[in-house]
Amino acid sequence: MTANKLASDMMNGHQSGDERFSVIDRTMKRFKYEKDSLLEVLNSAQETFGYLSKDLLFYISNQLQVPMSRVYGVATFYHMFTFVPLGEHNCIICKGTACHVKGADRIINAISEEFCVNAGETTSDNLLSLNIARCLGSCGLAPVVVLDGEVSGKQTPEAVTNRIREIISISKEINAEKVEAG
Amino acid sequence: MNSQNLEEIGKKENNRQKQYKRRIFCCTSTACLSAGAGQTFSTVNQSVSACKCAENEAEVVQTGCMGLCSRGPMVRVDYRDGESTLYGNVSPEIAQLIIAHHLPIEGKDSEIERSSGDVASPHDMLHFRASLREARGKKGLEKYIIPTDLPFYSKQVKVVLNEIGQINPNKIEDYLAHGGYKALTYVLENLTPEEICDEILHSGLRGRGGAGYPTGQKWHFVRQEDSRPKFVIVNGDEGDPGAYMDRTVMEDNPHRVLEGMIICAYAVGATNGYLYIRGEYPIAIDRVKNAILAARRHRILGNSVLGTDFSFNAEVRIGAGAFVCGEETALINSVEGKRGMPRIRPPYPSKSGLWKAPTVINNVETMANIPSIINRGASWFASIGTEKSKGTKVFALAGQLRNTGLIEVPIGITLRDIVFEIGGGIPGDRDFKAAQTGGPSGGCIPSEFLDSPVDYESLTRLGSIMGSGGLVIIDDSTGMPGFARFFMDFCMDESCGKCVPCRIGTVQIRSLLDKIISGKGVAEDLVKLENLCKLVKNTSLCGLGQSAPNPVLSTLRYFNHEYQAIVQPSLPVSSGND
Repeated sequence: MTANKLASDMMNGHQSGDERFSVIDRTMKRFKYEKDSLLEVLNSAQETFGYLSKDLLFYISNQLQVPMSRVYGVATFYHMFTFVPLGEHNCIICKGTACHVKGADRIINAISEEFCVNAGETTSDNLLSLNIARCLGSCGLAPVVVLDGEVSGKQTPEAVTNRIREIISISKEINAEKVEAG
Repeated sequence: MNSQNLEEIGKKENNRQKQYKRRIFCCTSTACLSAGAGQTFSTVNQSVSACKCAENEAEVVQTGCMGLCSRGPMVRVDYRDGESTLYGNVSPEIAQLIIAHHLPIEGKDSEIERSSGDVASPHDMLHFRASLREARGKKGLEKYIIPTDLPFYSKQVKVVLNEIGQINPNKIEDYLAHGGYKALTYVLENLTPEEICDEILHSGLRGRGGAGYPTGQKWHFVRQEDSRPKFVIVNGDEGDPGAYMDRTVMEDNPHRVLEGMIICAYAVGATNGYLYIRGEYPIAIDRVKNAILAARRHRILGNSVLGTDFSFNAEVRIGAGAFVCGEETALINSVEGKRGMPRIRPPYPSKSGLWKAPTVINNVETMANIPSIINRGASWFASIGTEKSKGTKVFALAGQLRNTGLIEVPIGITLRDIVFEIGGGIPGDRDFKAAQTGGPSGGCIPSEFLDSPVDYESLTRLGSIMGSGGLVIIDDSTGMPGFARFFMDFCMDESCGKCVPCRIGTVQIRSLLDKIISGKGVAEDLVKLENLCKLVKNTSLCGLGQSAPNPVLSTLRYFNHEYQAIVQPSLPVSSGND
């Protein structure tokens, strides 16, 4: 019975019918559902969903036939996996040695203060996540900041907070329009 | 596909390149991209196509790092007759100035309306032509020219970085045109596996990941193992903050790494290999994957490599952000899909590595040295460097310096040459304070040792390590206890938790540093700090814990006065002598 259920799970993918699960299914298929492919599968899941929900981890555990304890153990070991969704905008500050020497902390403090968010957290209105990167390897251009995927070097606290203020106010307008329209 | 075919492809590409009067190289490496190279590249492309000159007038080439990252984005214009001009800080506006300076604008605007452009719409073309004409009269381009006889360039010796900045990393033909895969075809046709290992051993090449173990020796060990299968792993998990040598090599010349890896596989008898790349390096992952596909198409990878009976397959494995995975046994666990925790050695990976099979695991830069050693001979390689450390080393030069970027220098060069000649000295009226090598596993070297040679032994003697090649220069505005705490923070976070000294020791060192920096420390705390550091260093399981105290120990050694200045004198009884 269980075996049958598992077989049908493998055939049909996730019961929710969410298309994104098929991306993960493809990754698992490529690795012939080998248990050793867990890290690759988690990478693909993180990339597809943006974070690893409990449901997602259970799904992977079930499909690969790896105990949930191990899936969770591996997922929590690596920094790149996150377990809560990101805010609408994501600001990553590089805190590598070169960026540290060139004042990355001042940028982090300026953002924390103005937008009331700690590093590694998301604002209560869900508009901004502030994250720290180990080293983005653009050390020649330190300090480096990634705002919504766009990498820029030689940043100052003022320049970064100005840009964040801008994109947040645009988002607020759009959201307000949505509320009005809705 | 055999070696002759490869040579022909290379020749054909060479001839194709020679038909262009000028070739315009745009750096699109990660560092330049973060300075806006993406826009610069598309402006160059659009401007060139808007010039409407004959096909053979110019080719725009997307290439890799040209070294001087602090002046990015960089663009270089090479003429067929050998003339070459390098430009730095090339914003889209400057890119137009450059094109207007080097290229004629042909045809009539009225004709543009009718023909549609390749990269831009007719409307945009006209717009670009107008801006180019306007740019032509403008002056001021000179200050963007970077003289290539700067010490930044003339003091360097390029081996690993040789083709970087000259080739398009996404085109295997370009690598072939620059003599790529010649070393592989040579060893397949002329050398036995044993001879290859000997050649590498005689070259004196040592692992570039940090530990400096003789590469040829490692290969011999794996070659002599009887059990099958065997594996080759390329360690591209460059986790040191402040280091991006391996990323640049993988991004900008992935085929060189692959070639080294395949030669290694042939030499040790491996059939499968993995390139383990940091998840934080998406461009490197893409380009290495591309290179693998191209190599497969050309039968350089796969069953019967280049028509011989040697078969080898390579795959990419993506790391997910764990510094400890740079340690070889932790990396092996990670490739196996487990938590990246180190294993107890022995047995060493050469005996029992990936899936308990004999495994060679070498750093990206080590592998990238292999083709040159085969092509130019072990004695040539051994002629560069010092008695015990041969060849060159790539450093990511960063911090408080005029010129920062990626450099390759002969091992044994003095720190002074790197800082003041290549790096151009400290900007402003600040003074040099220390050079930090080896990232969180290394130490700080003060100014009195500026004249010591940079090699494995000397750096270890000074309490630092060669490391993977991060070299961060700090000036007198940085306080050392705080700097040491920065690295301890890092190691504390990255400790995998397997062994007690590292897991608990790093936390305790960190809290002692906190106490001292906040001014609540007493003189005894410094003694306690040093003892604790030595304990962690001597009793940790893997390289992470064994080297984590280095930044603290080296600053305690050379900048002791900074610690003394912030601790309270001993209480309640003074030691008497001071």
